[in-house]
Amino acid sequence: MTGLLWACATVPAVVGAGLCVTGRRADRVAPALGIVTAGVVLVLSIAVALGRPVTSAPFLPGAVFGLAVDALAAVVLPAVAAVTLLVLLFAAADIAGARARFTGLTLLFAAAVVVTVCATTLPTLLFAWEVMGATSYALIGFRWQERHRVGAGLTAFLTTRTADLGLYLAAGAALAGGSGLALTDLPELPAPWRDVAAAGLLVAALGKAAQLPFTAWLSAAMQGPSPVSALLHSAAMVAMGGYLLLRVAPLLGATSWAGPTAAWVGALTALLLGAVALAQRDLKQLLAASTAAQLGFVVLGAGVAAVAGGTAHLVAHAATKALLFLAAGAWLTALGTKQLPALRGAARRWPLVGVCAGVGALALAGVAPLSLWATKDAVLAGAHEESLALYLVGLAAAALSAGYAGKVLWLVWQRLPADADAGYDTEEEGTREVRVLQQAPLVVLAVGAAVLGLLALPPVADTLRRALGSGSTPTPGLVELAVSALVAVVVLLVVRIRPLQPLPGWLEGWLGLARATDVVVVRPVLRTAEALARFDDRVLARAVTGAGRGALRTARAAARFDDGVLDRAVADSATAGVRLAGATGRADLAGPDAAVRSLAAGTRWLGGWARRTQTGQLHQYYVSAAVVLAAALALLLAVR
Amino acid sequence: MLSSIIFLPLVAAALLAVPRVPDRVARWTWIAVTAAEVVLVGVLIARYETPADGGLAFEERARWIPSVNSSWHVGVDGLSVPLLALTAVVFCACAVYGLREDRRPRQHAALFLALQATCMGLFAAQDLIVFFVFFDLSIVGMYAAIAGWGHGRDAGRSALQFFLYTFLGSLALLLGFIGLYLAADPHTFDIPELIAAAPLQDHPVAGGFVLAALLLGLAVKTPTIPFHTWLPPAHTDASAIGSAVLAAVLLKMGTYGFVRIAMPAMPDAWRGAAWVVLGVGIASVLYGALVALAQTDAKRMIAYTSINHMGYVVLAVGAAGLLGGGTAARELAVTGAVTQMVSHGLITGALFLLAGVLHDRTGSYALRDYGGLARSAPVWSGLFAVGAFASLGIPAFSGFIAEFQVFAGSIGTTAWAAIALPGILITAALFLRALQLLVTGLPGGRSIGFTDVRAVEAVPVTGLLLLSLAIGVLPWLLLDLITPASAVLVDLVGR
Repeated sequence: MTGLLWACATVPAVVGAGLCVTGRRADRVAPALGIVTAGVVLVLSIAVALGRPVTSAPFLPGAVFGLAVDALAAVVLPAVAAVTLLVLLFAAADIAGARARFTGLTLLFAAAVVVTVCATTLPTLLFAWEVMGATSYALIGFRWQERHRVGAGLTAFLTTRTADLGLYLAAGAALAGGSGLALTDLPELPAPWRDVAAAGLLVAALGKAAQLPFTAWLSAAMQGPSPVSALLHSAAMVAMGGYLLLRVAPLLGATSWAGPTAAWVGALTALLLGAVALAQRDLKQLLAASTAAQLGFVVLGAGVAAVAGGTAHLVAHAATKALLFLAAGAWLTALGTKQLPALRGAARRWPLVGVCAGVGALALAGVAPLSLWATKDAVLAGAHEESLALYLVGLAAAALSAGYAGKVLWLVWQRLPADADAGYDTEEEGTREVRVLQQAPLVVLAVGAAVLGLLALPPVADTLRRALGSGSTPTPGLVELAVSALVAVVVLLVVRIRPLQPLPGWLEGWLGLARATDVVVVRPVLRTAEALARFDDRVLARAVTGAGRGALRTARAAARFDDGVLDRAVADSATAGVRLAGATGRADLAGPDAAVRSLAAGTRWLGGWARRTQTGQLHQYYVSAAVVLAAALALLLAVR
Repeated sequence: MLSSIIFLPLVAAALLAVPRVPDRVARWTWIAVTAAEVVLVGVLIARYETPADGGLAFEERARWIPSVNSSWHVGVDGLSVPLLALTAVVFCACAVYGLREDRRPRQHAALFLALQATCMGLFAAQDLIVFFVFFDLSIVGMYAAIAGWGHGRDAGRSALQFFLYTFLGSLALLLGFIGLYLAADPHTFDIPELIAAAPLQDHPVAGGFVLAALLLGLAVKTPTIPFHTWLPPAHTDASAIGSAVLAAVLLKMGTYGFVRIAMPAMPDAWRGAAWVVLGVGIASVLYGALVALAQTDAKRMIAYTSINHMGYVVLAVGAAGLLGGGTAARELAVTGAVTQMVSHGLITGALFLLAGVLHDRTGSYALRDYGGLARSAPVWSGLFAVGAFASLGIPAFSGFIAEFQVFAGSIGTTAWAAIALPGILITAALFLRALQLLVTGLPGGRSIGFTDVRAVEAVPVTGLLLLSLAIGVLPWLLLDLITPASAVLVDLVGR
């Protein structure tokens, strides 16, 4: 059974990566291969949902790559797999070019979602979570020839990654607190770290779920192909934000503030984005705002520990919204527009599409007995127990969802205007046909949107609550169910009778969130970056070259000193030495040398005189001897 | 075995440098030798068993300069084996990419083989003098690579700046080494002996000065801010493989010095300086990312991301010196730091090789000169996209494994480390911006007629990215090597 779980994650990953790498050469086989793979994943996910395997593989020191299918995963996993399969079926008829890349990325995304759903440790979760973000970037920017679409992917990726930093923080907090990195260990963390971990996970989940204040990326993400919106922005990526909060609801509950914070953020998002949806004139923008609003109910459910209700709402919303996005996509491909005024009467051109979309819109409106009616009330029952204000905000949000759903419903089912063609082909060249492969998934999803409310109604609801371990959470009373059903119908009728006046521009402009992000975050960061780059070039780098130049200047000064002072001193002293030597030489000649020479001359002169006595005449020698003797005698006498 | 791994490329370099062998032979010899190195290092890893008691494996020791107790001492542990493997792989990839180099290919091959020997030697060195000799020789080799085969107008100037700056750093390093030598009793340059003795343990003032000298020397090489300004011009003007080697291998010498010498030999001083190191790490992460975001030149941008990525390493080793947190968190931080060294080597090496293709085709690295490369060069675009995502730390690639461990470990040690978290966000922004400018949109500017990557360019890049993928998916392949060594290191720092 654990093998099946691994296969559930790795089969789509391997096939998807293979298709991405093969590229255009695989375009022909890609749709069929994708559908088969998604089918295999669906079968596997049902198998593991029944078998509930738990498995792990070595990953990081102190943290395994853990996968497990518990009750929560067992409900969500098959739903996500089913939507993936249906979206790929639709896309086989809808996506024209680069099918291998589209299918490959979708399968990679699906693999990431499977791992996200089954992750038991923080590194595993973060692994899948970020792959989901990266593939969503590539899918939103699928048509890379148009730069603004890639830009929308960038916005989506960066916004969700900003929130993802919370997961890194949570992992650090888990280590600092001394617990393991398993998700189930987190509630047992000691006090400050438990709060940090909860805050990190909360922020990460709110970012993915496009809750306030992170909502703006979802609007931009509508630049992506419709099947992408159907998968990412209904069943999977956005929904995973809500799912994460449902999974860590015990952690939220372990702190005093995280649960209420999540609940209020969810409720306010449901309310405000409901109003935003009401103001939209573009069908996909309306559905996107509605997605954020509906996920608000899931987040609200997680915040008030209504896990069963939140899960049911998540699954039912996945079917409903995927259905509506695919219908919007079918019209966009066929008619070349997603502007609501231009889609007047579109439902009548292809009745099957129209009926399915109608079921989706009615479910979204919360009309009994369709799915979202019951699931939403299951969440609101939990909110009611928490606080009346929360419940009333939720109820108001529910009324708004009936409003925007009604706006779409009545519009597309109006009589087809005679000049309908004038509004078509504004965004792309329409094909004027909706193929069978595009219609079939709609039918399945419409059935889902109709009946999945059973998850929140007895007897299934009780089983689900017990399985999810939230048996004690309140169930909606008959009065609450009746009130919400009544509200839905009344609002629907009001919208029918009195079509909406144009709403203020800040609502149509998504509360100015994108602009605010731009002004508050993006521009200051870019300015800082530019300023730092200038600083780097002009100050730091120049300081180094300046230091180098300074060293060079010092060296030159030293060289000058060397030449001008030291060298000259040496040269001068040499000259002086030579001069001294000359003087000494001269003095030498004048002094001792002359004395020596005159002594020699005197001696020579004396020698000359001495030589004169040696005449060789004997008589002269006798005279000399007699004189010397006489002198000696005289000396002797004188001395005595 | 280790000595032959170190000297094989040096011998080959000598054989290529001296006789006039034909260019073709020189090119293929280069590839053959680097491939042999990969095989040898592979064998080494296969036979590597984590030494008990934190010792070394494949240790070799021979008499060298006995008068100062310095010997030819090499050996490996879990900190050095990954870097030896990285060096072998990166040089092999560069050899393949270098097949197209037609400027003095024989000398080129000889130079890079010699450079490889110095890098292998440095990561295996267990003696400070041996370490220093290889450290300086690598600077000389890289100087020659930039000055001789660089392509910017200012290649000579950049090369000189690189040489002088890093050489100055190495002098500071030498000063620190001498300080350690003098403090040890008996005097020695042997690294394991110095680690065992921890000679400056009870001398806070002298220890502070010696560590400051070591930190300065290593910070210049890493580089951390504010000592990084030699890096962008060196990269911009170096050839593709020069840049790849510089970023992938040479920068690691700085951070490797932290974990090999500074931390274990001076635990007391390291703990004293830990906050400074941590602060410099955080600043490098944020500053490098922000300045990279503002670049308009692809290669300069990648160069600045290196400062950001090496900042993660510095952040983690700084955190490892803070005793407040648990041991597990600090070990994770150190493991993350070493993983990041390998990961950055693989990914940034690949990115620089890809940037080289831009210059080869058009002579320009300016982001705004391109656009729509996905149409004219789909394979290049795909590889660049994968490289960019790998570099910004997307899971399934090694960068995520490294950054997750660095952050979880560092934040687990001190919450201040969380200040650096926006670094991964800004890196994501700048890579996606570059991707958008280069790859998407309709082909225009220099993208028109741009020839897609050739096999000799695609193969090495793909190889490096596949290795990054392997580490990202099966991280224990690498972590099993590193983890025991980081446990030993954290233990030593905690003395």
